[in-house]
Formats: sequence, C-alpha cells, structure tokens
Amino acid sequence: MKREDDHIEKVKRLLQSAFPPMDSQLRRDLWPEILKRMTAAPIAVPWYDWVLIAVPWYDWALIALLTGWVVVVPESILQLLYQF
Amino acid sequence: MDLLERFKQGDVDAFETLFRQFQGEVYSWIVQIVRDPGAAEDLTIETFWRIHRSRARFDYRYAFSAWARRIATNLAIDHMRARHLEKELEQEPAVEPADSALQRETREKIQQAFRRLSPKLRATARLVLIEERSYEEVASAFGKPVGAIRTRVFRAARQLQKELERLGIKP
Repeated sequence: MKREDDHIEKVKRLLQSAFPPMDSQLRRDLWPEILKRMTAAPIAVPWYDWVLIAVPWYDWALIALLTGWVVVVPESILQLLYQF
Repeated sequence: MDLLERFKQGDVDAFETLFRQFQGEVYSWIVQIVRDPGAAEDLTIETFWRIHRSRARFDYRYAFSAWARRIATNLAIDHMRARHLEKELEQEPAVEPADSALQRETREKIQQAFRRLSPKLRATARLVLIEERSYEEVASAFGKPVGAIRTRVFRAARQLQKELERLGIKP
C-alpha cells in the first residue's frame, strides 16, 4: 500500500509539473445564454410523456387487466362493450 | 415556498437564483476536467439547460450542487470523448519561457502520455492528481464508491508510467 501511494505521489508530481494550474474562475455571467435558449426552444414534452402524466397508474393497471382478459376470453369483448 | 420546490415547479426566478449561485462552482469543476475555458463555458450552459429540462426529476435527498456536478461530469467526459486529440494539445496553457528545451520536451512527452489514457481515467486523474480534489468529492461526482475512484487513479498512474517509460521518461 505504501509503495502504491509513493508511486501515485511520484506520478502526481510529474503531472503537476507538466500541466500548469488552470484559471478556474468564471469570467462572465452565463445567465443570458440560458435565457436565449429558454426563449428559442420552449420545452417540448413528447406525447407519450403527456399520456403517462395524464393517466394515473391505476387506469393503466385496469387497461392491462382488461387487455389480458380480452386475450384470454375473446368472447367477452361484446360483454365489455355493453358495459361501456 | 422553498427555493428548490419553486424551481421544481418551473419557477424561472428560482432557477435563475440557483443558476447564479452555482454557475461559478460548476464552471470551475468542468474547466478542471476539460482544461479549455471556452468549452467549459459551453458545457456549463448545457449542464444548467439539462438541469432545467429535468427539474421534475430532482430528488430532495441530494444537494442541488451534487446533482449539478454529476450532470456536469458526465457532459465533460462526453466532451472529452468527442474531442480530437490534437486539439487538446493546443489548448494547454503556454509553456513558461524560462523552461529549457529539455524541460519543454519532457513536459510535452508527459502531456502526450497523459492523452493516451481513456477519458474517464484522464478526468479522474486530473481531478485527483492535478487539481487535488478529494476522493470523496470525485466519487460523488462520478456516482461511484470511493474505492472505485482509488482503483481508477491507480490504474491511471500505472498506465501513465508504462507510457512514459516507452517514451524514455522514468517517473
């Protein structure tokens, strides 16, 4: 472990000598750029997202249940249509 | 109402407040990974744009800054993957004039060897070894355990050593 740490320390010194420190201060306000994007492209939500948001999970469960029922007992379609 | 709650509900003023509070921190993190101020500005904008678009998925269990840093790290690595190797050489700050030709040559060889590492190894090594960020901080930004980051740093150091030896430099 000690040898590994020494090795990493050597590589660290080497890298620090080869890569001068970067100025990491932001020199300008970037908010106007974000505003530009916000006005240029209103957020597009795909239709399937709208469907997922608009229909609650228990309705999806009911749809799945009815679909399964119709596949297993196809003759029940008429009964179901009558209910609707 | 809480600032983060308002942001999550799409309040632009709340988003602006968060943006102004964290843009410097996000930029600083990205520029240390990509080492290109122009690209770091673009990636900072992209990071916040993604944050804005996915605000509904923001989880209160995490700090906003940690979430932003995670997105920023992924974008910075994608940028490094896409970037051409030669271009990166040009972006390194100029060599100090006091350097001898030998020092300059050594420095260039180290930079050359470093560029041969994969983007993930380079990003990790830059943050931990060059910028001396803590393992915990880097692990959180990569969404990995601290042990995985230690392993990554060790792998980067080992690969770098091999490459340097090939280029005639003994660390």
